Amino acid sequence: MTISIDPQKTNNESLQPKGWLRYFSFSLDHKVIGIQYLVCGFLFYLIGGTLASAIRIELASPMSDFMPRDVYNQVLTLHGTIMIFLWIVPVVNGAFGNYLIPFYVGARDMAFPRLNAVAFWLIPPSGLMLVASYFVEGAAQAGWTAYPPLSITTPQSGQIIWILSVLLLGGSSIFGGINFIATIIKLRRPGLKLMQLPMYCWAMLGTSLLVVLSTPVLAGTLILLSFDIIANTGFFNPVLGGNVVVYQHLFWFYSHPAVYIMVLPAFGLVSEILPVHARKPLFGYTTMVFSIMGIVVLGLVVWAHHMFTSGTPPWMRLFFTIATAFIAVPTGIKFFNWVATLWGGKISINSAMLFSCGFIINFVFGGITGVALAQVPFDIHVHDTYFVVAHFHYIVYGGTVFIIFSSIYHWFPKVTGKMLNEKLGILHFIITFIGFNLCFAPQHWLGLNGMPRRVAEYDPQFQFVNQISSLGALLMAISTIPFLINVFLSVRNGKDAGDNPWNALTPEWLTSSPPPVENWEGEAPLVEEPYGYGKEISEQK
Amino acid sequence: MLNKNIYLILIISFVFAISFWIGFNVNLLPAEASINAPIYDELFKILFIIGLIIFIGMTIAVIYSLFKFRKRNDQIGDGIALEGNLSLEIVWTIIPSIIVLLIGLYSYNIYDRMGGMKELNHNHEMMGSNTEKIWAGISQTSDNEIAINNLSIEVSAMQFAFLFNYPKGNFISGELHVPVDQKVSMKMESKDVIHAFWVPEFRIKQDIIPGQPTILNFTPTKVGKYPIICAELCGPYHGGMRASIIVEKESDYNEWFNKNKKPEVNL
Repeated sequence: MTISIDPQKTNNESLQPKGWLRYFSFSLDHKVIGIQYLVCGFLFYLIGGTLASAIRIELASPMSDFMPRDVYNQVLTLHGTIMIFLWIVPVVNGAFGNYLIPFYVGARDMAFPRLNAVAFWLIPPSGLMLVASYFVEGAAQAGWTAYPPLSITTPQSGQIIWILSVLLLGGSSIFGGINFIATIIKLRRPGLKLMQLPMYCWAMLGTSLLVVLSTPVLAGTLILLSFDIIANTGFFNPVLGGNVVVYQHLFWFYSHPAVYIMVLPAFGLVSEILPVHARKPLFGYTTMVFSIMGIVVLGLVVWAHHMFTSGTPPWMRLFFTIATAFIAVPTGIKFFNWVATLWGGKISINSAMLFSCGFIINFVFGGITGVALAQVPFDIHVHDTYFVVAHFHYIVYGGTVFIIFSSIYHWFPKVTGKMLNEKLGILHFIITFIGFNLCFAPQHWLGLNGMPRRVAEYDPQFQFVNQISSLGALLMAISTIPFLINVFLSVRNGKDAGDNPWNALTPEWLTSSPPPVENWEGEAPLVEEPYGYGKEISEQK
Repeated sequence: MLNKNIYLILIISFVFAISFWIGFNVNLLPAEASINAPIYDELFKILFIIGLIIFIGMTIAVIYSLFKFRKRNDQIGDGIALEGNLSLEIVWTIIPSIIVLLIGLYSYNIYDRMGGMKELNHNHEMMGSNTEKIWAGISQTSDNEIAINNLSIEVSAMQFAFLFNYPKGNFISGELHVPVDQKVSMKMESKDVIHAFWVPEFRIKQDIIPGQPTILNFTPTKVGKYPIICAELCGPYHGGMRASIIVEKESDYNEWFNKNKKPEVNL
């Protein structure tokens, strides 16, 4: 049996633009779509990062003096929304998923190439719409959580555009999720067993299940919220007998799994990167697979830990405490396994490796504060404070964004055929790691001592620590400069990478760099041991 | 082999020692001013020490691996083809499970001592046959106690202020005055959007929700003035939505109360 290719697609292929122009086209090639996701996501990362800088400038002094108060709330709302829905989710799922999954399953493209292109092309317009809403009547200003009644009473146009934009982005995410599930289950090359797939496939399978199960709930909730805003219905409006806590349950039923939608793919990516640069098999493949599925199941039943101060009944608090804390077990297994993967290896200390190790250290820290936050009595004091802000930035920035950078250093040679400059890469890592920890570690103390989140003004006693944090943010902003220089220089004049500069065994490296449109000249290779380092199989290569 | 084990034991003891030292000597929390605060700080200290042990241990393991197993220039080939170790993996599944379960049970105990596990869902008889549903945060008193409690205060929150109604004195204050070492029960309701009542020195927080009253009880233990902070985004001036709670000796409190008290209006 050969991999079936949609004949129409092959016809279209010849009509499509070549060279850099194809990245601006409705391309059906999964590799082009992956790069479209990555570059588009990175542009929004720069916008979201600019907003973050504005927040840190405002917070460098205790008074609200840098921007008007309502603009500050718009900035923090857009910062959160852009970073989640336009940078992290599209990049760890859409960009790397589209680029890598067809290689990993031995297919020539995703299961539904057109749906794939539609999913990507929903993103730029909804992102631009979201940013542009600032110029209409002011952007949404109720936080990325959009809790009613605040979201009902703030200026309507911004909130409605926010809802439309998040609905479109959610749709894009669901299309992507369906596509990944279908590709991983149905498009596997003959002879390739599920338990031989690279770990990122398992991560994406788990993530996509979460996307498909929980994103529709968010969509439904936001549609009801928009009815409350424009049609004066009373689903969540207490004046009309609605219940505001119900919104929180529905919102977090998606938005807690959303954390795993941002983090599980990163777990998958780091599982691909570490074995290659440590020259060792991934430690404990089977337990890793079960851990991912354990996180998926538990991740669906922990949402109310965001609501411990909202007035939830005691049995619910107890259940959600235990369920949340238990996520630490499968997550812990993965981290122990990664350290065991490093142990006894022959580790190349390069940018990809450093960012991955930075990820392990940062994420362990964020995971520990996460277990603490799961405890109801602990959470009651620090809920909605800077402690929580610090915690989730350790997870999504210290965790996922570090892995995005690590992945870029790892797969850049595959995509372009050129190497990135290692010196600039290590400089990028050092500035990012110091800046990140300087920015967010002090915020734990701020939260414990009485600084709530989402404020433009604060008690003057917190000024010094806030300034340290702002200094860290400045370093983080600076750290993108060596990265951008590196990418632009290397694309043009980088050292030739050859087809497989890392001597990796996963299937995407067993073709030319950059790969041909059909991924392989001839048939897709059957890779039964994607992590067979140190075995005879690798000596044959 | 014996040497290796000794080093391992030395490193583990070092990690434990330094974690305990930091846990007992570094204070990250503000003053303790309610009977909840020392209970909270006890939990915090335990979680802090366990967290430090794990974090320092993992960090040492990662950095040690990077140095010890880094590829030297003359080296070629791969590391050992070790694909897993079932007994090791069972160990690091079971030990974290036990730790997590113990932490969960312990924090349940803490929460119970804070009064969080008391019956929280009250049905108050309202005028006519309507029943009003009240949700509570941390509750150190049962429903009946609230009724006979000598200090009950009604809190209303609005953009961007707290108002404290003292029903017994028939007056409203913008500052919350309470006598030290006495149980205070507050019934809180919002007039517009969701707010939250947070006193960091008391380690308590409860959302104030429109259309759904919440109850919060606490017992201050230290005379002083502490900030009341709104901890739920409530609009442009959210950062400025603060009030003060003034904990005073009973005589001082009574003086303040009598000064503000208004005679009941007889209809």
